[in-house]
Amino acid sequence: MEFGFTTAAYVVAAVLFILSLGGLSGQESAKRAVWYGIAGMALAVCATLIGPGAGLWLLSIVLIALGGVIGYQLATKVQMTQMPELVAAMHSLVGLAAVFVGFIAHFEMVRVAGMIAQGADLSELGTFAALIAKKTTVELNILRVELFLGIFIGAVTFTGSVIAYGKLAGKVDTAATKLPGGHMLNAAAAGVSLLALIWYFNTGGFFPLFLMTLAALFIGYHLIMGIGGADMPVVVSMLNSYSGWAAAAIGFSLGNDLLIVVGALVGSSGAILSYIMCKAMNRSFVSVILGGFGGPAGEQMAVEGEQVAIDADGVATALNEADSVIIIPGYGMAVAQAQQAVSELVRKLRARGKNVRFAIHPVAGRLPGHMNVLLAEAKVPYDIVLEMDEINDDFPDTDVAIVIGSNDIVNPAAQDDPNSPIAGMPVLECWKAKQVFVSKRGQGTGYSGIENPLFFKENTRMFYGDAKASLDALLPKID
Amino acid sequence: MKIGAPKEVHDGEARVAITPESAGHLQKLGHEVFIEAGAGMLAGFTDDAYRAAGVEVMKTAATLFKMVDVVAKVRPPTPDEAKKLTKGQTIISFFYPASNEKLMDLVKSKGATAIAMDMVPRISRAQKMDALSSMANIAGYRAVIEAGNNFGRFFTGQVTAAGKVPPAKVLVIGAGVAGLAAIGTSTSLGAITYAFDVRPEVAEQIESMGAEFVFLEFDASELPDGAATGGYAPPSSPEFQAKQLAKFREIAPDIDIVICTALIPNRAAPVLWTKDMVEAMKPGSVIVDLAAERGGNCELTKVDEKVVSSNGVTIIGYTDFPSRMATQSSTLYGNNIRHMMADLTPGKDGAVVHNMEDDVIRGATVTHEGEITWPPPPPKVAAIAVQKKEKPKELTAEEKRANEIAAFKAQTKNQVTLLAAGGALLLLVGLYAPASFMQHFIVFVLSVFIGFQVIWNVSHSLHTPLMAITNAISSIIILGALMQIGSGSFLVILLAALSVFMAGINIFGGFLVTRRMLAMFQKS
Repeated sequence: MEFGFTTAAYVVAAVLFILSLGGLSGQESAKRAVWYGIAGMALAVCATLIGPGAGLWLLSIVLIALGGVIGYQLATKVQMTQMPELVAAMHSLVGLAAVFVGFIAHFEMVRVAGMIAQGADLSELGTFAALIAKKTTVELNILRVELFLGIFIGAVTFTGSVIAYGKLAGKVDTAATKLPGGHMLNAAAAGVSLLALIWYFNTGGFFPLFLMTLAALFIGYHLIMGIGGADMPVVVSMLNSYSGWAAAAIGFSLGNDLLIVVGALVGSSGAILSYIMCKAMNRSFVSVILGGFGGPAGEQMAVEGEQVAIDADGVATALNEADSVIIIPGYGMAVAQAQQAVSELVRKLRARGKNVRFAIHPVAGRLPGHMNVLLAEAKVPYDIVLEMDEINDDFPDTDVAIVIGSNDIVNPAAQDDPNSPIAGMPVLECWKAKQVFVSKRGQGTGYSGIENPLFFKENTRMFYGDAKASLDALLPKID
Repeated sequence: MKIGAPKEVHDGEARVAITPESAGHLQKLGHEVFIEAGAGMLAGFTDDAYRAAGVEVMKTAATLFKMVDVVAKVRPPTPDEAKKLTKGQTIISFFYPASNEKLMDLVKSKGATAIAMDMVPRISRAQKMDALSSMANIAGYRAVIEAGNNFGRFFTGQVTAAGKVPPAKVLVIGAGVAGLAAIGTSTSLGAITYAFDVRPEVAEQIESMGAEFVFLEFDASELPDGAATGGYAPPSSPEFQAKQLAKFREIAPDIDIVICTALIPNRAAPVLWTKDMVEAMKPGSVIVDLAAERGGNCELTKVDEKVVSSNGVTIIGYTDFPSRMATQSSTLYGNNIRHMMADLTPGKDGAVVHNMEDDVIRGATVTHEGEITWPPPPPKVAAIAVQKKEKPKELTAEEKRANEIAAFKAQTKNQVTLLAAGGALLLLVGLYAPASFMQHFIVFVLSVFIGFQVIWNVSHSLHTPLMAITNAISSIIILGALMQIGSGSFLVILLAALSVFMAGINIFGGFLVTRRMLAMFQKS
């Protein structure tokens, strides 16, 4: 097939991808949007296979099919609570593939250069090689930088995602840990990479490329190790963004516009998600990436009062009398696998004509939108699951607010105490409800180690215990 | 420990300190519970009900006093009762230590510990045992009911076939616990309710209960600060008082029912409703004076009596409102007592630990180990009174408009700067980069731009599917591998094959999991 046909197919695929992302603006249109994406991908792959430059069809198709089987297994078996892990694992694959493709491009470049030097016949070369053969020195230099960047970002994405996966799956300690030397090590690795770039730019040898890859792998590992569990939404969206930029950089070096378009789309999508998450925590992107909360600006307000416990009977009585209920789920709900019990509770309450809604903080859970997916899986209708901005004004008119496994996102200190480490972070104002029940495993502070004055408020009752066990005890008492 | 409640001996007192319900909670703390026969009769709790709750019923008060370690009462002990106390015994009751020094000496000389329920500090932690508040709440409610009983008209306005009835106008003086309860009861009965308090910070609470705050024009800096005196109203300056009385005098002819609840700690109640105000009121009006025990807010109040003034205004000076609703008040008081016991038995093992370091226990204890421990040092934690808040200034329409314009300008400036900087950067790149690079670069910049425009519209709830689908489509990197798999050395083929394989996993995994997730989102 001609080059023109492939390009035309790429244009159509690019449009389909844009439509597919744009379709995610609503739950119903999203169901159609995913098919656009699938069609775009199928078109792009087929066009490439029949287009110029591709070979070893059988091998390619067998490998895609093999990968497809594994992908199918993963997609159908994965628990919705494990979505963050899956997403992180998939990022690592994109990162590694980017590194490999980058290396391939390098080998091709070296091979073509060798052939030109020998004065061999250049007409037998593949598309990419032929493209290289035509390039001037300036273009070749630019190609080297593009390649270098693609491999660098890909390598950071790879180890970063592997560590993020480990942390999310509980295989690596979720606490922020750094090697001695802290960010100096990262800076040193980045410095090594920069030197390698200059070296590679001048010589085009394999060794500097390899050295940089090692340094980038280290940066990915060490950067994510230094970030704690609750910042994972930012990390995962950041890695998402990186995997896109890596694809775009590879697209530049291969001269493939579709790769550039898709890479740019994915990159900007991840960047926006990171921005939204950071905004929701009132922290700058840099401070999240560098890990840890900033030290408090001064003496934090002392918390007065005491945490008053309540049993299932008390909660049931209050719920039976309430007309409006808002439930605020957090990561604790996912950990306890309590979403089915929550859904059952909501079903029972709604059957009695009560107004039950969910309030979702943007950073609840370990992945942007994590809570929405969990609730959807438990068959909670999405029209009662509301965002923070939509529901925050309704708390004063609410009889009962139930906090399940959230802590920092309902911390009034963010508003009241200018010295709190989370001061200024937008929070769900659940304490304005007439009564608040907090389902929590025990006394103690959340991820950030900040005391939560909500638990000490007069209208707050602590419903201690595992979220699922507590809700199961509560369910039969609702009537 | 053994805890018991005798029958109240004070004339007309119907309450009891332990109810069958609170007895159950006390037993959970590891205590044995006793009660004098007939103690709960007037409050509607029979001896059998107590027995059913596992409480031992004692024939006489004397045997009960001998048997128990902790005596729980409502009224302060009479001298006779106090004499029955022995060393090491604890008595929990209202005590009013400021006006009961003799009683305090007597209990001290017996070596007993006395915990005064009226001395529980007003901090949020202690609210569950704040018997003054729980009783005041009942008194406020009952005061309105009592007023209604003596008032010849409806509270709510009605238009009936037989004629139009105007709504009653109720004024509540003092918006403490009793005042707020009275406001709530009065508004829910349908009366037009006004309320006054010297602490301007309670205006919000008054309005939240549905009453109108009677506003005095006064310089805010001269107003007393309630937070400094443990949440109670401090005495006010003579000028302020004069203004206040003038205001009352002005509205008196309009008011049908006055509920007085104004008290100042450790002082006689201030006179706020003078004789001439009573005379200005319409015949048939009612005044209920909850401050009667401390002399009354109304000049004509007679303690424990209902009097009718010369112009036909009924003035009620009862002091036993909680006792008139003995079942309710016993239930709440019983809960206050059991919360106090819960604090005294931190181990829930029936062992009383009298921790004098604890703010609440220290504050409430008036005699302990043969010594008088009243008055207590100020609590370490500040009272709960609402802090004055700076109200955000109301912006005029012009200021708002100016703000909007300023914001718009700032935004425009921001955007223009960004565009200019971005454009300049692009031009700079264009100056040096070769044409082939620029072609791709334009595609890249446009795609980033489209990406930003599209992604901002993605609904927050679909962020996880968004990540999964971007994951799948970022596997477009497979193209790079496919294009090269056919050419070159073994190493190239190997790397390309691996990339194709991994991207294959990603494409299928990503799309399928997105589809699975999206299918879950169901509308109700």
